[in-house]
Amino acid sequence: MIATATRPLLEIKDLSVDYLTDRGAVRAVDRVSLEVQRGEFLGVVGESGCGKSTLLYSIARLLTPPAEIASGDIWFDGHDLVSMSDSELRHYRWKQYSVVMQSAMNALNPVMNIGEQLRDAFDAHQRFTGRQITARSEELLRIVGIDPVHLRSYPHQLSGGMRQRAMIAMALAFTPELVIMDEPTSALDVVAQRSLMLKIKQLQREFGFATIFVTHDMSLVSHFSDRLAVMYAGQIVEIGETARLFAEPKHPYTVGLMRSFPSIRGELQPLAGIPGSPPDLARPPAGCRFHPRCPKVMDRCHMEEPEFYAEEGDLIRCFLFDSDA
Amino acid sequence: MLEMPARPRGVELIRTEGLTKHFRLGGFLSRRYLHGVDDINLSIHEDEIVALVGESGSGKSTIARLIARVYTPTAGEIFHRGRTLSSIRSHRDVLEYRGDVPMVFQDPYGSLSPVYRVSHGITRALKLHRPDLSRQGREDEAARLLEAVGLTPALDFLGKFPYQLSGGQRQRIGFAQALACRPELILADEPVSMLDVSVRIGVLNLMATLRRRERISFLYITHDIASARYVADRLLVMYAGQVAESGPVEDVLAHPKHPYTQLLLSAVPDPRAPISLPATGEVQEPPRVIDPGEGCRFRSRCPYAIEECGRVTPKLRLLRPAHEAACHVATSDLEVPRVDEGATVR
Repeated sequence: MIATATRPLLEIKDLSVDYLTDRGAVRAVDRVSLEVQRGEFLGVVGESGCGKSTLLYSIARLLTPPAEIASGDIWFDGHDLVSMSDSELRHYRWKQYSVVMQSAMNALNPVMNIGEQLRDAFDAHQRFTGRQITARSEELLRIVGIDPVHLRSYPHQLSGGMRQRAMIAMALAFTPELVIMDEPTSALDVVAQRSLMLKIKQLQREFGFATIFVTHDMSLVSHFSDRLAVMYAGQIVEIGETARLFAEPKHPYTVGLMRSFPSIRGELQPLAGIPGSPPDLARPPAGCRFHPRCPKVMDRCHMEEPEFYAEEGDLIRCFLFDSDA
Repeated sequence: MLEMPARPRGVELIRTEGLTKHFRLGGFLSRRYLHGVDDINLSIHEDEIVALVGESGSGKSTIARLIARVYTPTAGEIFHRGRTLSSIRSHRDVLEYRGDVPMVFQDPYGSLSPVYRVSHGITRALKLHRPDLSRQGREDEAARLLEAVGLTPALDFLGKFPYQLSGGQRQRIGFAQALACRPELILADEPVSMLDVSVRIGVLNLMATLRRRERISFLYITHDIASARYVADRLLVMYAGQVAESGPVEDVLAHPKHPYTQLLLSAVPDPRAPISLPATGEVQEPPRVIDPGEGCRFRSRCPYAIEECGRVTPKLRLLRPAHEAACHVATSDLEVPRVDEGATVR
């Protein structure tokens, strides 16, 4: 027990994911390494096409062709997920880790009510009597703040916020150690979004599961995540403690992102955003992938690719933090 | 504290009076109506950016489509420079109006035809709306427009197809097409919500620049109140098809009067705000307004609701200079404030 408590729940080492296209392999996730501790809330932020969803799907082993893991390891609680067969995975999926998808409308079955969908999941993963399933289903809906009468409701009868809550209820069915969430709030309005985030945080405290939360909106996770990983063009460019990262972003991309969204508080400041747009991953720029858009670009950024450099416990993939230089 | 430096307003371009749009639900004989928007009175002046903020389904896009003549109002009237839209009938007048008040759409991936080069959409707008231009004149003007929206070198972009452009660049093409009509007011319906975070601010800055350089007004529709603050002069907060609050942006943000505006502001994720996690995460969601009765539509979610809110639909009341809210409970700052007001909304 003590031995497992010190080991990270999830350990990813040098993970690369390729999409095999007619033009050759496009590397969507490039040598990503990260760890998630038990009970930790890790935010992963980045713009569309930065590989954050692909990363998430590869952790959940949900990649489908043409995407495939090119290299690297994913260790979940000491077990190698990459080499695991589908039948072995069945013992982990949903029971040990579960996934909440971005669009509940697409992830839920439109012709089954919520109760039937939960029953499906129970039947597939655990031997329960009908009565046990009903009791557990009602309990799950109550946990996420939905009236259990909605077990008889179909997805279209629920509001967007309730659908996402139902998805979370399903993800928690077997009290997993890790819940992976792919922009679960992006289809919601700010008020519903705030309410769902508070619910997720409350559940996480109550049940102690770890969360990997992928989003394009870094302000959304600012009050909720313990650590934050910033992705750009398939790579993690900065990873560190959320509060410190917001107070003092270090990678020029993170700095640019922070200056990209206006605030409703304080002085109104002119913002510049980041010039240009993210690169085509089929032809990533040589050297540092951010150098064409970087305001602090140096000569070596054009040719050499930066490694991670440590600074106050954070890791930054940028030559500005290379102490040997 | 109440002195609001009132910007001298230019000519009124658009005014709506009691603008209402209901959609019939279900079949031909159905008597159920969805109230898209009810009784909207708004005005947009020359050289002004007005932001329309609200949750999805609150009716903000319906207003833009009514002004753009995509929908016909169920009741009420829209005035363009004092002339009613319903009186604009001839093909020429309609064309002229569409050129004066064009629209920029939310989805830059769906609003540009993939089979035509960038030059096509712009040249077409120029042919339709600027018949005085020669062929050479159109080419020069197209290049000038692309430069005006920040796409340089313009000649490179004119020959490109949409698939060769990023989302931000596509949306700039959308603005260039609107500019080709020499508009006075652009209806921008969520123009940045589908763009990447790092390029959004560039498009917002473009709107501000176009207002400054080309003196174009905007109706900026968004669900993001922070971006509204960034570009707009005035803010209208919509709730369930009605205007809940309106006023100068900074005044509304600093002194939100309507409980819904207060809820909205408290929900905006903001890393720069002090960390405060209210104990309750339970808030209901906005209603679909089907055949509503009298009364405030926000009352079931409102912490301050009183008996009157269930009986009487609140009308917009002037509570601060140029700042109105439709709430029975909100107090006015225009009179001398009383001490010990009890349960009031601030």
